[in-house]
Amino acid sequence: MYNFLTGPMVWITFLVVVVGLTYHVVTYIRGLDWRLDRVGYRPNMQHGLKGAARSIFFWILPWGSHGWRAKPLFTLLFFSFHIGLLFTPIFLEAHNIMLKDSWGIRLPGISSGLADFLSWVVVIGGIFLVLRRIAYPEVRILTSAYDYMLIVIAVSPFLTGLIARYNVGNYDFWLLIHIITGHVWLLSLVFTKLNHVVLFFLSRAQLGMDYGIKRGGMKGTQMTW
Amino acid sequence: MPEGILCNKQPIVTDEQLKLTLGDKSGKQYYAEMEQLDVDTDKLWSTIQNTMKSRLKTWLNICAKCGLCAESCFLYQVNDRVPEQVPSYKIHATLGELVKRKGKVDNAFMRKCMDIAWSWCTCCNRCGQFCPHGIDMGVMFSYLRGLLFSQGFVPWELKIGSGMHRVYKAQMDVTTEDWVDTCEWMADENSEEWPGLEIPMDKEDADIMYTINAREAKHYPEDIAEAAILFHVAGENWTMPSEGWEQTSLTLFAGDWEGCKQQVLHVYDAIERLRPKRVVGTECGHAHRATVIEGPYWAGREDGQPPRPYIHYVEWLAEMLRTGRIKIDPTKRIKEPVTLQDSCNYVRNQGLKNITREIMSYIVEPGYFVEMAPNKEYNYCCGGGGGFNGIGKYRPQRNIALLKKREQILATGCKLVVAPCHNCWDAIRDLEEEYPMGLRWSFLKPLVIKMMIVPDHLKPQDEEGEEE
Ligand code: SF4
Ligand code: SF4
Ligand code: SF4
Repeated sequence: MYNFLTGPMVWITFLVVVVGLTYHVVTYIRGLDWRLDRVGYRPNMQHGLKGAARSIFFWILPWGSHGWRAKPLFTLLFFSFHIGLLFTPIFLEAHNIMLKDSWGIRLPGISSGLADFLSWVVVIGGIFLVLRRIAYPEVRILTSAYDYMLIVIAVSPFLTGLIARYNVGNYDFWLLIHIITGHVWLLSLVFTKLNHVVLFFLSRAQLGMDYGIKRGGMKGTQMTW
Repeated sequence: MPEGILCNKQPIVTDEQLKLTLGDKSGKQYYAEMEQLDVDTDKLWSTIQNTMKSRLKTWLNICAKCGLCAESCFLYQVNDRVPEQVPSYKIHATLGELVKRKGKVDNAFMRKCMDIAWSWCTCCNRCGQFCPHGIDMGVMFSYLRGLLFSQGFVPWELKIGSGMHRVYKAQMDVTTEDWVDTCEWMADENSEEWPGLEIPMDKEDADIMYTINAREAKHYPEDIAEAAILFHVAGENWTMPSEGWEQTSLTLFAGDWEGCKQQVLHVYDAIERLRPKRVVGTECGHAHRATVIEGPYWAGREDGQPPRPYIHYVEWLAEMLRTGRIKIDPTKRIKEPVTLQDSCNYVRNQGLKNITREIMSYIVEPGYFVEMAPNKEYNYCCGGGGGFNGIGKYRPQRNIALLKKREQILATGCKLVVAPCHNCWDAIRDLEEEYPMGLRWSFLKPLVIKMMIVPDHLKPQDEEGEEE
């Protein structure tokens, strides 16, 4: 089981993720339609791309956009959560060793202390996201079981990773669960709303182009969203 | 019942149908018929499949349900922050549901969608600036309005409005004859005070072609005269088309996309016919949006540009003041606290935020201009946008919507509001009527006329004689 999950299954999952996300990107771009969207993408590509870049840049910058500044605490929560979510698995030493063993490549690693910290950020961030959904009426009304499930999927590998690492209970058991939840996590990037890992950039780029071309960009006014 | 006599899936295209629908006082019969109207679920679903592509589909799918858009919506704010007014919730409860059920929805659902699409959202596009994913409810609700219109679920006034455009090529029943007469009358009426004042019709190759909001022709002809006076003083070589002069589009509010295209093509035809160097549109936000920002796309122009450079009135006026073709008498500048309404339709939607402030710098004594908060592209809708002003059925909701603007204006401490947008102007007028607080409001034209320096050669002869 362990060998399968860390061997062939890794290949399968990676393949599915790469193909799946590429599919999302390609269908998104192909589905853009200047008539329906009422944005003249092609003839005004220059302005459009500038708007797209601005829009993405200011929204991946913590407090970079007016929207982020309007909710400073949430922004902190949001960015820490996402940084933990993306950085930890990529730069974790243990993952890198496995990567080296099987594919002969490795990325710079981060110290285990930092990895622990980031994992805790993800877990605690996830808890806060849940609490926020329960506490605020304007978020509660939007929330369905699916939204909780996504948080669980996102956080599980981190929680199980921590449990395994601190040797709480049966290490082999938790390691196995960690690996399984990791696979689920990766596959969810394709099959659930977590596909926003790529669609965020596309959606932002599209709106950025809209603003860069039609809603002010060509009038020389820089509005960033 | 399949389709009613007044309420049905066909847009109004004949004068008889228009009169018949107009005759139904406040749409009593119309709304009664609507309760029986069938939904063509197959057509609804096929339309969605054909027109809901990347952008809208992705927006519905990736919405993180994070609620960050809640506070951005003025309707959420003024309606006691009830969660049902959260932008994301509004769209998921309507369009989202429609898509989830693959168009298999019933009459009651469609009527609920109509209420929400026209009275819970003014398509002001403000929330889109606060969503991390860039999800713009204004765009989504316009789309929903289109679907509802095609099924006959549209407020009575907007069904009529769209019919007006289709029958009269204007949002009101102004015929070409009425229009030309009105212009002649206005030129006559003001010729004594302004010798040589003209309203040139159908002049070819002029520097400027001017287009207006049909309400000016019908109810405020002085606005046309004021424009003429300012062109006259600035020494513009200008003209107005006898056909294709109506720049607004209630079809835009109604979601009648075919009607939008027809309307904008009238204007573009006039441009092609008269070949002006540029076109100037009146002080109206949605007219500008319809003809200049969205219009090119309806007309199928891929570059997104009208046939000739087409500017909003504030752009023309700023240019005149900047270059000194219109000069302000410094002693007549506004010397009381005055604030400025940023119209969503050309500020948030086309970035014309600095140009209106430039105008203010010429016409207001330094120190008297007070900004609203928030302002520029973050300004709130006046409360009457998206057709809200005109729909009797939603008057109570509209009156609540005005409260946000009231709060903003009160906070500035100003009694005078400059509102270079017809809708905003109307909304502020209604605001004063609903919640009197001693407000005055004005377009730019009358203000500038009062304070500009009139060159001697443009003054009436006898007055000049007296002076000498
Ligand atoms: S801010 Fe955007 S992602 Fe969040 S709930 Fe609103 S529409 Fe959805
Ligand atoms: S477009 Fe404006 S009115 Fe509509 S939901 Fe967004 S903020 Fe509210
Ligand atoms: S009426 Fe004016 S402020 Fe209101 S939505 Fe339209 S442009 Fe914006």
